[in-house]
Amino acid sequence: MSGFSLTVTRPPRQRLDLSPLLPEQLAGMTAEAVAAIPLVCGNRQLRVDEVFEVARAESEALVIRNQGARLDHLGNGMTAGELILDGDAGAYAGLAMSGGRLTIRGQAGPFAGAAMQGGILEIGGNAGDWLGGGLPGERRGMTGGLILLRGDAGRRAADRQRRGVILIEGNAGDFLGARMVAGTTIVLGEAVGRYPGFAMKRGTLLLRHGARQMLPTFADAGRQELGFLRLLGAFLTPHSSKYAAAAPHFAALRRFVGDAASSGKGEILAAGD
Amino acid sequence: MIIRGVAIEDTFAEAFGMRATRLIITADTAEWAETAGRSLTGFATSVIACGCEAGIEKRLSASETPDGRPGITVLIFAINSKELQKQLQLRVGQCVLTTVGSACFSGLEAAEHLKLGGQLRYFGDGFQIAKKIGERRYWRIPVMDGEFLCEDQVGMTRGVGGGNFLIIGRNTRTVRAAAERAIAAMNKIPNIIMPFPGGVARSGSKIGSKYKGLPASTNDAYCPTLKAETASKLPAEAGSVLEFVIDGLTADDISAAIRAGIVAACDAEAAGEVLQITAGNYGGKLGQFKFHLRELMA
Repeated sequence: MSGFSLTVTRPPRQRLDLSPLLPEQLAGMTAEAVAAIPLVCGNRQLRVDEVFEVARAESEALVIRNQGARLDHLGNGMTAGELILDGDAGAYAGLAMSGGRLTIRGQAGPFAGAAMQGGILEIGGNAGDWLGGGLPGERRGMTGGLILLRGDAGRRAADRQRRGVILIEGNAGDFLGARMVAGTTIVLGEAVGRYPGFAMKRGTLLLRHGARQMLPTFADAGRQELGFLRLLGAFLTPHSSKYAAAAPHFAALRRFVGDAASSGKGEILAAGD
Repeated sequence: MIIRGVAIEDTFAEAFGMRATRLIITADTAEWAETAGRSLTGFATSVIACGCEAGIEKRLSASETPDGRPGITVLIFAINSKELQKQLQLRVGQCVLTTVGSACFSGLEAAEHLKLGGQLRYFGDGFQIAKKIGERRYWRIPVMDGEFLCEDQVGMTRGVGGGNFLIIGRNTRTVRAAAERAIAAMNKIPNIIMPFPGGVARSGSKIGSKYKGLPASTNDAYCPTLKAETASKLPAEAGSVLEFVIDGLTADDISAAIRAGIVAACDAEAAGEVLQITAGNYGGKLGQFKFHLRELMA
Protein backbone atom coordinates (compact mmCIF):
# COMPACT_ATOMS: atom_id res chain seq x y z
CA MET A 1 0.00 0.00 0.00
CA SER A 2 1.16 3.52 0.74
CA GLY A 3 4.25 3.08 2.89
CA PHE A 4 4.73 6.73 3.85
CA SER A 5 5.48 8.39 7.14
CA LEU A 6 4.32 11.98 7.60
CA THR A 7 5.73 13.84 10.56
CA VAL A 8 4.29 17.17 11.68
CA THR A 9 7.14 19.66 11.63
CA ARG A 10 5.25 22.97 11.27
CA PRO A 11 1.87 22.66 13.03
CA PRO A 12 -0.56 25.25 11.62
CA ARG A 13 -2.52 27.51 13.94
CA GLN A 14 -5.87 26.43 12.49
CA ARG A 15 -7.33 22.97 12.44
CA LEU A 16 -6.17 20.82 9.56
CA ASP A 17 -8.50 18.56 7.57
CA LEU A 18 -6.67 15.29 6.79
CA SER A 19 -9.45 13.76 4.65
CA PRO A 20 -7.23 13.37 1.54
CA LEU A 21 -4.57 11.35 3.36
CA LEU A 22 -5.92 7.83 3.05
CA PRO A 23 -3.64 4.81 2.66
CA GLU A 24 -5.57 3.51 -0.34
CA GLN A 25 -5.26 6.86 -2.11
CA LEU A 26 -1.55 7.26 -1.43
CA ALA A 27 -0.75 3.80 -2.70
CA GLY A 28 1.36 4.06 -5.82
CA MET A 29 2.00 7.78 -5.44
CA THR A 30 5.48 9.25 -5.41
CA ALA A 31 6.75 11.16 -2.37
CA GLU A 32 6.66 14.35 -4.47
CA ALA A 33 3.01 13.80 -5.32
CA VAL A 34 2.16 13.15 -1.68
CA ALA A 35 4.01 16.30 -0.65
CA ALA A 36 1.88 18.33 -3.06
CA ILE A 37 -1.53 17.10 -1.86
CA PRO A 38 -3.61 20.12 -0.82
CA LEU A 39 -5.10 20.11 2.68
CA VAL A 40 -7.79 22.47 3.94
CA CYS A 41 -6.68 24.46 6.96
CA GLY A 42 -9.14 27.03 8.20
CA ASN A 43 -10.03 29.20 5.20
CA ARG A 44 -6.95 28.38 3.14
CA GLN A 45 -5.16 25.44 1.59
CA LEU A 46 -1.75 24.08 2.53
CA ARG A 47 0.41 21.57 0.77
CA VAL A 48 1.24 18.45 2.78
CA ASP A 49 4.92 19.42 2.87
CA GLU A 50 4.05 22.78 4.40
CA VAL A 51 3.03 20.90 7.55
CA PHE A 52 4.64 17.48 7.35
CA GLU A 53 7.99 16.00 6.57
CA VAL A 54 7.23 13.28 4.04
CA ALA A 55 9.33 10.10 4.01
CA ARG A 56 9.05 6.64 2.54
CA ALA A 57 8.42 4.03 5.22
CA GLU A 58 9.34 0.38 5.23
CA SER A 59 5.97 -0.74 6.50
CA GLU A 60 2.86 -0.93 4.36
CA ALA A 61 1.01 1.39 6.69
CA LEU A 62 0.62 5.11 6.35
CA VAL A 63 2.07 6.54 9.57
CA ILE A 64 1.35 10.08 10.70
CA ARG A 65 3.28 11.50 13.63
CA ASN A 66 1.61 14.43 15.32
CA GLN A 67 2.98 16.90 17.77
CA GLY A 68 0.99 20.06 18.34
CA ALA A 69 -1.31 20.01 15.31
CA ARG A 70 -5.09 19.63 15.46
CA LEU A 71 -5.77 16.98 12.88
CA ASP A 72 -9.45 16.52 12.01
CA HIS A 73 -11.08 13.97 9.72
CA LEU A 74 -8.27 11.48 10.05
CA GLY A 75 -9.12 8.41 7.92
CA ASN A 76 -12.34 10.05 6.72
CA GLY A 77 -14.15 7.50 4.53
CA MET A 78 -11.21 5.12 4.61
CA THR A 79 -11.95 1.84 2.82
CA ALA A 80 -8.77 -0.26 3.07
CA GLY A 81 -5.20 -0.40 4.27
CA GLU A 82 -3.71 0.73 7.54
CA LEU A 83 -3.38 4.24 8.92
CA ILE A 84 -1.54 4.87 12.17
CA LEU A 85 -1.52 8.15 14.05
CA ASP A 86 1.26 8.58 16.56
CA GLY A 87 -0.15 11.33 18.76
CA ASP A 88 -3.55 12.88 19.27
CA ALA A 89 -6.38 13.18 16.75
CA GLY A 90 -8.88 15.99 16.49
CA ALA A 91 -12.56 15.60 15.66
CA TYR A 92 -14.16 13.13 13.27
CA ALA A 93 -11.39 10.51 13.24
CA GLY A 94 -12.55 7.51 11.22
CA LEU A 95 -15.71 9.32 10.13
CA ALA A 96 -17.73 7.02 7.84
CA MET A 97 -14.80 4.66 7.39
CA SER A 98 -15.85 1.38 5.80
CA GLY A 99 -12.72 -0.76 5.85
CA GLY A 100 -9.09 -1.05 6.83
CA ARG A 101 -7.58 -0.32 10.20
CA LEU A 102 -7.14 3.09 11.78
CA THR A 103 -5.00 3.21 14.90
CA ILE A 104 -4.71 6.33 17.03
CA ARG A 105 -2.03 5.95 19.66
CA GLY A 106 -3.09 9.06 21.55
CA GLN A 107 -6.42 10.71 22.34
CA ALA A 108 -9.29 11.24 19.92
CA GLY A 109 -11.67 14.20 19.83
CA PRO A 110 -15.45 14.19 19.40
CA PHE A 111 -17.26 12.11 16.79
CA ALA A 112 -14.52 9.48 16.48
CA GLY A 113 -15.90 6.58 14.44
CA ALA A 114 -19.09 8.52 13.77
CA ALA A 115 -21.19 7.02 10.98
CA MET A 116 -18.59 4.28 10.70
CA GLN A 117 -19.58 1.43 8.37
CA GLY A 118 -16.77 -1.10 8.64
CA GLY A 119 -13.15 -1.74 9.46
CA ILE A 120 -11.41 -1.32 12.80
CA LEU A 121 -10.83 1.92 14.68
CA GLU A 122 -8.48 1.61 17.65
CA ILE A 123 -7.93 4.51 20.02
CA GLY A 124 -5.16 4.12 22.58
CA GLY A 125 -6.22 6.99 24.83
CA ASN A 126 -9.58 8.56 25.57
CA ALA A 127 -12.24 9.63 23.10
CA GLY A 128 -14.49 12.68 23.13
CA ASP A 129 -18.27 12.80 22.95
CA TRP A 130 -20.31 10.99 20.32
CA LEU A 131 -17.93 8.06 19.85
CA GLY A 132 -19.46 5.90 17.09
CA GLY A 133 -22.40 8.27 16.97
CA GLY A 134 -24.10 9.95 14.07
CA LEU A 135 -23.53 13.37 12.61
CA PRO A 136 -26.03 16.00 13.69
CA GLY A 137 -29.23 15.55 11.70
CA GLU A 138 -28.39 12.03 10.63
CA ARG A 139 -30.77 9.24 11.62
CA ARG A 140 -28.07 6.64 12.14
CA GLY A 141 -24.78 6.45 13.94
CA MET A 142 -22.32 3.66 13.43
CA THR A 143 -23.61 0.97 11.05
CA GLY A 144 -20.74 -1.53 11.09
CA GLY A 145 -17.18 -2.29 12.05
CA LEU A 146 -15.35 -2.41 15.36
CA ILE A 147 -14.23 0.42 17.63
CA LEU A 148 -11.66 -0.45 20.27
CA LEU A 149 -11.28 2.33 22.82
CA ARG A 150 -8.57 1.64 25.37
CA GLY A 151 -9.42 4.66 27.52
CA ASP A 152 -12.62 6.46 28.51
CA ALA A 153 -15.43 7.69 26.28
CA GLY A 154 -17.22 11.01 26.61
CA ARG A 155 -20.96 11.48 26.57
CA ARG A 156 -23.37 9.88 24.12
CA ALA A 157 -21.08 7.14 22.88
CA ALA A 158 -22.95 4.76 20.52
CA ASP A 159 -25.63 7.35 19.91
CA ARG A 160 -28.09 5.97 17.31
CA GLN A 161 -25.80 3.01 16.69
CA ARG A 162 -27.33 0.67 14.12
CA ARG A 163 -24.81 -2.18 13.85
CA GLY A 164 -21.22 -3.05 14.72
CA VAL A 165 -19.37 -3.38 18.00
CA ILE A 166 -17.92 -0.68 20.26
CA LEU A 167 -15.63 -1.86 23.04
CA ILE A 168 -14.84 0.78 25.66
CA GLU A 169 -12.20 -0.59 27.99
CA GLY A 170 -12.46 2.41 30.31
CA ASN A 171 -15.46 4.38 31.54
CA ALA A 172 -18.30 5.94 29.59
CA GLY A 173 -20.09 9.26 30.05
CA ASP A 174 -23.78 10.11 30.25
CA PHE A 175 -26.36 8.84 27.77
CA LEU A 176 -24.35 5.87 26.59
CA GLY A 177 -26.21 4.21 23.69
CA ALA A 178 -28.88 6.87 23.57
CA ARG A 179 -31.40 6.33 20.76
CA MET A 180 -29.58 3.14 19.85
CA VAL A 181 -31.24 1.13 17.07
CA ALA A 182 -29.15 -2.07 17.16
CA GLY A 183 -25.59 -3.26 17.55
CA THR A 184 -23.45 -3.91 20.60
CA THR A 185 -21.56 -1.57 22.90
CA ILE A 186 -19.49 -2.79 25.84
CA VAL A 187 -18.10 -0.83 28.76
CA LEU A 188 -15.52 -2.57 30.91
CA GLY A 189 -14.75 0.38 33.21
CA GLU A 190 -16.33 0.87 36.61
CA ALA A 191 -18.13 4.10 35.81
CA VAL A 192 -20.97 4.56 33.38
CA GLY A 193 -22.62 7.97 33.34
CA ARG A 194 -26.28 8.77 33.82
CA TYR A 195 -29.08 7.18 31.85
CA PRO A 196 -27.50 4.61 29.57
CA GLY A 197 -29.86 3.45 26.82
CA PHE A 198 -31.94 6.63 26.79
CA ALA A 199 -34.67 6.21 24.11
CA MET A 200 -33.03 2.98 23.00
CA LYS A 201 -35.07 0.96 20.47
CA ARG A 202 -33.04 -2.24 20.18
CA GLY A 203 -29.42 -3.22 20.61
CA THR A 204 -27.22 -4.34 23.46
CA LEU A 205 -25.29 -2.43 26.11
CA LEU A 206 -23.01 -4.79 28.00
CA LEU A 207 -21.71 -3.24 31.20
CA ARG A 208 -19.03 -4.99 33.22
CA HIS A 209 -19.94 -3.13 36.41
CA GLY A 210 -23.54 -2.16 35.69
CA ALA A 211 -24.76 1.41 35.84
CA ARG A 212 -25.41 3.50 38.91
CA GLN A 213 -28.17 5.65 37.50
CA MET A 214 -30.58 3.75 35.30
CA LEU A 215 -33.71 5.07 33.69
CA PRO A 216 -36.96 3.94 35.34
CA THR A 217 -38.12 2.85 31.89
CA PHE A 218 -35.85 -0.21 31.93
CA ALA A 219 -37.40 -3.35 33.40
CA ASP A 220 -35.42 -6.02 35.20
CA ALA A 221 -35.67 -9.43 33.45
CA GLY A 222 -33.49 -11.18 36.01
CA ARG A 223 -30.25 -13.14 35.69
CA GLN A 224 -29.62 -14.77 32.34
CA GLU A 225 -27.02 -16.95 30.65
CA LEU A 226 -26.75 -15.78 27.06
CA GLY A 227 -25.02 -17.93 24.45
CA PHE A 228 -24.24 -15.11 22.04
CA LEU A 229 -21.77 -13.68 24.58
CA ARG A 230 -19.55 -16.69 23.93
CA LEU A 231 -19.41 -15.68 20.28
CA LEU A 232 -18.76 -12.09 21.23
CA GLY A 233 -15.99 -13.27 23.54
CA ALA A 234 -14.37 -15.31 20.80
CA PHE A 235 -14.55 -12.28 18.52
CA LEU A 236 -13.18 -9.72 20.99
CA THR A 237 -10.61 -11.74 22.91
CA PRO A 238 -7.94 -11.42 20.17
CA HIS A 239 -8.43 -7.64 20.27
CA SER A 240 -8.61 -7.05 24.01
CA SER A 241 -6.96 -8.78 26.94
CA LYS A 242 -9.18 -6.70 29.23
CA TYR A 243 -12.28 -8.16 27.61
CA ALA A 244 -10.80 -11.64 27.97
CA ALA A 245 -10.27 -10.99 31.67
CA ALA A 246 -13.82 -9.68 32.08
CA ALA A 247 -15.49 -12.44 30.03
CA PRO A 248 -15.94 -14.91 32.93
CA HIS A 249 -18.17 -12.30 34.60
CA PHE A 250 -20.47 -12.38 31.57
CA ALA A 251 -21.37 -16.06 32.02
CA ALA A 252 -24.48 -14.92 33.86
CA LEU A 253 -25.68 -11.36 34.03
CA ARG A 254 -28.70 -9.26 34.75
CA ARG A 255 -30.84 -8.26 31.80
CA PHE A 256 -32.71 -4.97 31.80
CA VAL A 257 -35.10 -4.36 28.92
CA GLY A 258 -36.03 -0.94 27.58
CA ASP A 259 -36.31 1.88 26.92
CA ALA A 260 -40.06 1.51 27.43
CA ALA A 261 -40.42 5.20 26.54
CA SER A 262 -39.23 4.19 23.06
CA SER A 263 -40.01 0.88 21.34
CA GLY A 264 -38.39 -0.85 24.29
CA LYS A 265 -36.66 -3.89 22.82
CA GLY A 266 -33.14 -2.89 23.73
CA GLU A 267 -31.22 -4.50 26.54
CA ILE A 268 -28.70 -3.49 29.14
CA LEU A 269 -26.74 -6.50 30.33
CA ALA A 270 -25.12 -5.80 33.66
CA ALA A 271 -22.51 -8.09 35.16
CA GLY A 272 -22.06 -8.19 38.91
CA ASP A 273 -18.79 -7.93 40.82
CA MET B 1 -8.74 -58.21 -9.13
CA ILE B 2 -8.53 -60.09 -5.83
CA ILE B 3 -7.72 -58.48 -2.46
CA ARG B 4 -7.02 -61.02 0.29
CA GLY B 5 -9.17 -63.57 -1.44
CA VAL B 6 -12.05 -61.17 -2.09
CA ALA B 7 -12.96 -60.62 -5.72
CA ILE B 8 -13.35 -56.97 -6.71
CA GLU B 9 -15.81 -56.96 -9.55
CA ASP B 10 -15.00 -54.96 -12.67
CA THR B 11 -17.84 -52.49 -12.27
CA PHE B 12 -18.53 -49.00 -11.03
CA ALA B 13 -20.74 -47.11 -8.65
CA GLU B 14 -22.85 -44.44 -10.24
CA ALA B 15 -23.51 -41.26 -8.30
CA PHE B 16 -25.40 -38.03 -8.80
CA GLY B 17 -24.88 -34.34 -8.28
CA MET B 18 -26.71 -33.05 -5.21
CA ARG B 19 -26.88 -29.88 -3.16
CA ALA B 20 -25.24 -30.12 0.22
CA THR B 21 -24.74 -28.15 3.39
CA ARG B 22 -22.91 -28.65 6.66
CA LEU B 23 -24.17 -27.54 10.07
CA ILE B 24 -22.33 -27.27 13.34
CA ILE B 25 -24.60 -28.06 16.27
CA THR B 26 -23.39 -27.35 19.79
CA ALA B 27 -24.89 -27.87 23.21
CA ASP B 28 -23.92 -27.71 26.87
CA THR B 29 -22.73 -31.31 26.72
CA ALA B 30 -21.51 -33.57 23.93
CA GLU B 31 -24.44 -35.88 24.64
CA TRP B 32 -27.05 -33.19 23.99
CA ALA B 33 -25.29 -32.09 20.80
CA GLU B 34 -25.35 -35.70 19.66
CA THR B 35 -29.03 -35.94 20.58
CA ALA B 36 -29.83 -32.92 18.43
CA GLY B 37 -27.82 -34.38 15.56
CA ARG B 38 -29.48 -37.78 15.78
CA SER B 39 -32.89 -36.18 15.81
CA LEU B 40 -32.09 -33.94 12.84
CA THR B 41 -30.64 -36.78 10.79
CA GLY B 42 -33.42 -39.23 11.65
CA PHE B 43 -35.57 -40.44 8.75
CA ALA B 44 -33.05 -39.05 6.30
CA THR B 45 -31.79 -42.25 4.68
CA SER B 46 -32.79 -41.63 1.08
CA VAL B 47 -34.06 -38.74 -1.01
CA ILE B 48 -36.54 -41.17 -2.53
CA ALA B 49 -38.88 -40.82 0.43
CA CYS B 50 -37.23 -38.65 3.08
CA GLY B 51 -36.61 -35.43 1.18
CA CYS B 52 -32.93 -35.47 2.00
CA GLU B 53 -30.05 -37.66 3.07
CA ALA B 54 -28.32 -36.61 6.25
CA GLY B 55 -25.90 -37.91 8.80
CA ILE B 56 -23.57 -36.93 11.60
CA GLU B 57 -20.17 -36.31 10.01
CA LYS B 58 -17.96 -35.94 13.07
CA ARG B 59 -17.75 -34.96 16.73
CA LEU B 60 -16.13 -31.66 17.69
CA SER B 61 -14.39 -30.78 20.93
CA ALA B 62 -15.24 -27.51 22.67
CA SER B 63 -12.15 -25.86 21.19
CA GLU B 64 -13.30 -26.62 17.64
CA THR B 65 -16.74 -24.98 17.74
CA PRO B 66 -17.76 -21.33 17.29
CA ASP B 67 -19.17 -20.98 20.80
CA GLY B 68 -16.63 -23.04 22.69
CA ARG B 69 -19.00 -25.87 23.59
CA PRO B 70 -18.90 -29.49 22.46
CA GLY B 71 -20.63 -30.18 19.19
CA ILE B 72 -21.07 -32.20 16.06
CA THR B 73 -21.12 -31.54 12.35
CA VAL B 74 -23.96 -32.75 10.18
CA LEU B 75 -24.07 -33.02 6.39
CA ILE B 76 -27.40 -32.74 4.58
CA PHE B 77 -27.87 -33.58 0.90
CA ALA B 78 -30.93 -32.98 -1.29
CA ILE B 79 -31.71 -33.12 -4.97
CA ASN B 80 -31.94 -29.35 -5.42
CA SER B 81 -31.47 -26.16 -3.45
CA LYS B 82 -35.20 -25.60 -2.97
CA GLU B 83 -35.67 -29.00 -1.34
CA LEU B 84 -32.50 -28.55 0.71
CA GLN B 85 -33.80 -25.22 1.97
CA LYS B 86 -37.10 -26.82 2.93
CA GLN B 87 -35.49 -29.77 4.71
CA LEU B 88 -33.00 -27.55 6.51
CA GLN B 89 -35.68 -25.30 7.89
CA LEU B 90 -37.98 -28.18 8.88
CA ARG B 91 -35.32 -30.31 10.48
CA VAL B 92 -33.45 -27.58 12.36
CA GLY B 93 -36.78 -26.08 13.42
CA GLN B 94 -38.20 -29.33 14.72
CA CYS B 95 -35.08 -31.10 15.95
CA VAL B 96 -32.37 -28.57 16.92
CA LEU B 97 -34.42 -25.58 18.04
CA THR B 98 -36.26 -27.98 20.34
CA THR B 99 -33.14 -29.59 21.86
CA VAL B 100 -32.05 -28.46 25.33
CA GLY B 101 -29.35 -25.79 25.22
CA SER B 102 -28.55 -26.19 21.54
CA ALA B 103 -27.09 -23.71 19.06
CA CYS B 104 -26.68 -24.08 15.31
CA PHE B 105 -24.04 -22.60 13.01
CA SER B 106 -22.93 -22.82 9.41
CA GLY B 107 -20.16 -25.36 8.91
CA LEU B 108 -19.39 -24.57 5.29
CA GLU B 109 -17.81 -21.56 3.63
CA ALA B 110 -19.38 -21.35 0.20
CA ALA B 111 -20.44 -18.83 -2.41
CA GLU B 112 -24.07 -19.90 -2.24
CA HIS B 113 -26.18 -19.78 0.89
CA LEU B 114 -29.36 -21.12 2.43
CA LYS B 115 -31.44 -19.29 4.98
CA LEU B 116 -31.35 -20.75 8.46
CA GLY B 117 -31.88 -18.28 11.30
CA GLY B 118 -33.31 -15.94 8.68
CA GLN B 119 -36.31 -18.29 8.50
CA LEU B 120 -36.40 -19.72 12.00
CA ARG B 121 -36.36 -16.27 13.58
CA TYR B 122 -40.10 -15.93 13.10
CA PHE B 123 -40.52 -18.44 15.90
CA GLY B 124 -39.40 -15.59 18.15
CA ASP B 125 -42.70 -13.79 17.42
CA GLY B 126 -41.06 -10.38 17.33
CA PHE B 127 -38.87 -10.94 20.38
CA GLN B 128 -36.00 -12.32 18.30
CA ILE B 129 -32.79 -10.31 18.18
CA ALA B 130 -30.30 -10.16 15.29
CA LYS B 131 -26.63 -9.90 16.23
CA LYS B 132 -23.87 -9.27 13.77
CA ILE B 133 -20.52 -10.24 15.23
CA GLY B 134 -17.61 -9.72 12.86
CA GLU B 135 -18.81 -10.67 9.41
CA ARG B 136 -21.38 -13.19 10.64
CA ARG B 137 -24.99 -12.59 11.52
CA TYR B 138 -26.81 -14.58 14.16
CA TRP B 139 -30.30 -14.73 15.57
CA ARG B 140 -31.14 -14.95 19.25
CA ILE B 141 -34.53 -16.61 19.47
CA PRO B 142 -36.07 -16.64 22.94
CA VAL B 143 -37.03 -20.14 24.11
CA MET B 144 -38.03 -21.57 27.47
CA ASP B 145 -34.49 -22.49 28.58
CA GLY B 146 -32.96 -19.20 27.47
CA GLU B 147 -32.11 -18.37 23.88
CA PHE B 148 -31.65 -20.49 20.78
CA LEU B 149 -28.63 -19.08 18.95
CA CYS B 150 -28.66 -19.70 15.24
CA GLU B 151 -26.58 -18.39 12.35
CA ASP B 152 -28.54 -16.34 9.81
CA GLN B 153 -27.44 -18.37 6.81
CA VAL B 154 -25.40 -21.44 6.00
CA GLY B 155 -23.17 -22.25 3.06
CA MET B 156 -24.40 -24.51 0.29
CA THR B 157 -22.24 -26.45 -2.15
CA ARG B 158 -22.62 -28.97 -4.97
CA GLY B 159 -22.08 -32.38 -3.46
CA VAL B 160 -22.22 -35.93 -4.71
CA GLY B 161 -24.82 -38.45 -3.59
CA GLY B 162 -25.16 -42.17 -4.12
CA GLY B 163 -21.58 -43.41 -4.08
CA ASN B 164 -21.88 -47.06 -3.13
CA PHE B 165 -20.45 -50.54 -2.89
CA LEU B 166 -21.77 -53.93 -1.82
CA ILE B 167 -20.21 -56.65 0.27
CA ILE B 168 -21.21 -60.19 -0.71
CA GLY B 169 -20.34 -62.92 1.78
CA ARG B 170 -21.16 -66.36 3.04
CA ASN B 171 -23.52 -65.50 5.88
CA THR B 172 -25.11 -62.60 7.73
CA ARG B 173 -22.76 -62.78 10.71
CA THR B 174 -19.55 -62.45 8.76
CA VAL B 175 -20.91 -59.89 6.29
CA ARG B 176 -22.22 -57.80 9.16
CA ALA B 177 -18.81 -57.97 10.82
CA ALA B 178 -17.11 -56.90 7.59
CA ALA B 179 -19.63 -54.07 7.24
CA GLU B 180 -18.88 -52.86 10.76
CA ARG B 181 -15.17 -52.76 9.97
CA ALA B 182 -15.88 -50.82 6.77
CA ILE B 183 -18.12 -48.33 8.61
CA ALA B 184 -15.51 -47.75 11.30
CA ALA B 185 -12.91 -47.02 8.61
CA MET B 186 -15.19 -44.75 6.58
CA ASN B 187 -16.27 -42.82 9.65
CA LYS B 188 -12.73 -41.49 9.81
CA ILE B 189 -12.98 -39.96 6.33
CA PRO B 190 -14.01 -36.28 6.39
CA ASN B 191 -16.69 -34.68 4.23
CA ILE B 192 -18.82 -37.81 3.85
CA ILE B 193 -21.85 -39.37 5.47
CA MET B 194 -23.47 -42.78 5.16
CA PRO B 195 -27.15 -41.96 5.58
CA PHE B 196 -28.56 -45.45 6.17
CA PRO B 197 -29.02 -46.88 9.69
CA GLY B 198 -25.60 -47.49 11.16
CA GLY B 199 -24.10 -46.55 7.81
CA VAL B 200 -25.29 -49.58 5.90
CA ALA B 201 -28.41 -50.73 4.02
CA ARG B 202 -29.64 -54.27 3.75
CA SER B 203 -32.55 -53.47 1.46
CA GLY B 204 -30.79 -52.37 -1.69
CA SER B 205 -33.32 -51.44 -4.33
CA LYS B 206 -33.74 -51.53 -8.06
CA ILE B 207 -35.69 -48.98 -10.06
CA GLY B 208 -39.34 -49.84 -10.61
CA SER B 209 -41.61 -52.65 -9.53
CA LYS B 210 -44.22 -55.02 -10.83
CA TYR B 211 -46.68 -52.91 -8.86
CA LYS B 212 -47.89 -49.68 -10.43
CA GLY B 213 -46.70 -46.48 -8.86
CA LEU B 214 -43.91 -47.99 -6.82
CA PRO B 215 -40.69 -46.22 -7.89
CA ALA B 216 -38.32 -48.73 -6.33
CA SER B 217 -38.46 -52.31 -5.14
CA THR B 218 -36.16 -54.94 -3.70
CA ASN B 219 -32.98 -55.62 -5.65
CA ASP B 220 -33.89 -59.24 -6.32
CA ALA B 221 -30.64 -59.94 -8.20
CA TYR B 222 -28.79 -59.54 -4.89
CA CYS B 223 -31.30 -61.25 -2.57
CA PRO B 224 -29.74 -64.56 -1.52
CA THR B 225 -33.10 -66.22 -0.94
CA LEU B 226 -34.11 -65.59 -4.55
CA LYS B 227 -31.09 -67.19 -6.19
CA ALA B 228 -33.20 -69.98 -7.62
CA GLU B 229 -36.04 -67.87 -8.99
CA THR B 230 -34.52 -64.68 -10.42
CA ALA B 231 -31.59 -63.60 -12.59
CA SER B 232 -29.30 -63.62 -9.59
CA LYS B 233 -25.93 -61.94 -9.67
CA LEU B 234 -24.75 -63.78 -6.58
CA PRO B 235 -22.28 -66.64 -6.47
CA ALA B 236 -23.73 -69.96 -5.34
CA GLU B 237 -22.13 -69.83 -1.88
CA ALA B 238 -23.36 -66.26 -1.09
CA GLY B 239 -25.70 -65.99 1.88
CA SER B 240 -25.79 -62.27 2.66
CA VAL B 241 -25.25 -58.89 0.98
CA LEU B 242 -24.99 -55.43 2.51
CA GLU B 243 -24.81 -52.11 0.66
CA PHE B 244 -23.06 -48.89 1.64
CA VAL B 245 -24.36 -45.62 0.31
CA ILE B 246 -21.99 -42.69 0.64
CA ASP B 247 -22.73 -39.01 0.10
CA GLY B 248 -19.79 -36.63 -0.02
CA LEU B 249 -18.99 -32.99 -0.58
CA THR B 250 -16.76 -33.97 -3.53
CA ALA B 251 -16.20 -37.07 -5.68
CA ASP B 252 -12.69 -37.37 -4.20
CA ASP B 253 -14.16 -37.65 -0.72
CA ILE B 254 -16.39 -40.51 -1.86
CA SER B 255 -13.45 -42.21 -3.58
CA ALA B 256 -11.45 -42.03 -0.37
CA ALA B 257 -14.34 -43.48 1.60
CA ILE B 258 -14.98 -46.36 -0.81
CA ARG B 259 -11.28 -47.20 -0.80
CA ALA B 260 -11.06 -47.14 3.01
CA GLY B 261 -14.26 -49.16 3.34
CA ILE B 262 -13.19 -51.89 0.94
CA VAL B 263 -9.73 -52.18 2.50
CA ALA B 264 -11.30 -52.60 5.95
CA ALA B 265 -13.94 -55.04 4.74
CA CYS B 266 -11.29 -57.19 3.06
CA ASP B 267 -8.93 -57.53 6.00
CA ALA B 268 -7.58 -60.77 7.42
CA GLU B 269 -10.84 -61.59 9.16
CA ALA B 270 -12.62 -61.58 5.79
CA ALA B 271 -10.61 -64.49 4.43
CA GLY B 272 -12.96 -67.12 3.10
CA GLU B 273 -16.02 -65.28 4.42
CA VAL B 274 -16.29 -62.19 2.24
CA LEU B 275 -16.59 -63.40 -1.34
CA GLN B 276 -16.99 -60.38 -3.51
CA ILE B 277 -17.18 -56.57 -3.59
CA THR B 278 -19.37 -55.00 -6.21
CA ALA B 279 -21.19 -51.71 -6.82
CA GLY B 280 -24.54 -50.48 -8.00
CA ASN B 281 -25.12 -48.52 -11.18
CA TYR B 282 -27.73 -47.78 -13.81
CA GLY B 283 -25.62 -48.60 -16.82
CA GLY B 284 -23.71 -45.35 -16.51
CA LYS B 285 -26.31 -43.27 -18.30
CA LEU B 286 -27.97 -41.47 -15.40
CA GLY B 287 -25.29 -40.35 -12.98
CA GLN B 288 -22.67 -37.66 -13.49
CA PHE B 289 -20.11 -39.51 -11.37
CA LYS B 290 -18.67 -42.99 -11.77
CA PHE B 291 -16.46 -44.74 -9.26
CA HIS B 292 -14.73 -47.72 -10.86
CA LEU B 293 -13.88 -50.13 -8.07
CA ARG B 294 -10.76 -51.59 -9.66
CA GLU B 295 -9.38 -48.15 -10.48
CA LEU B 296 -9.97 -47.04 -6.90
CA MET B 297 -8.26 -50.11 -5.46
CA ALA B 298 -5.37 -50.21 -7.95
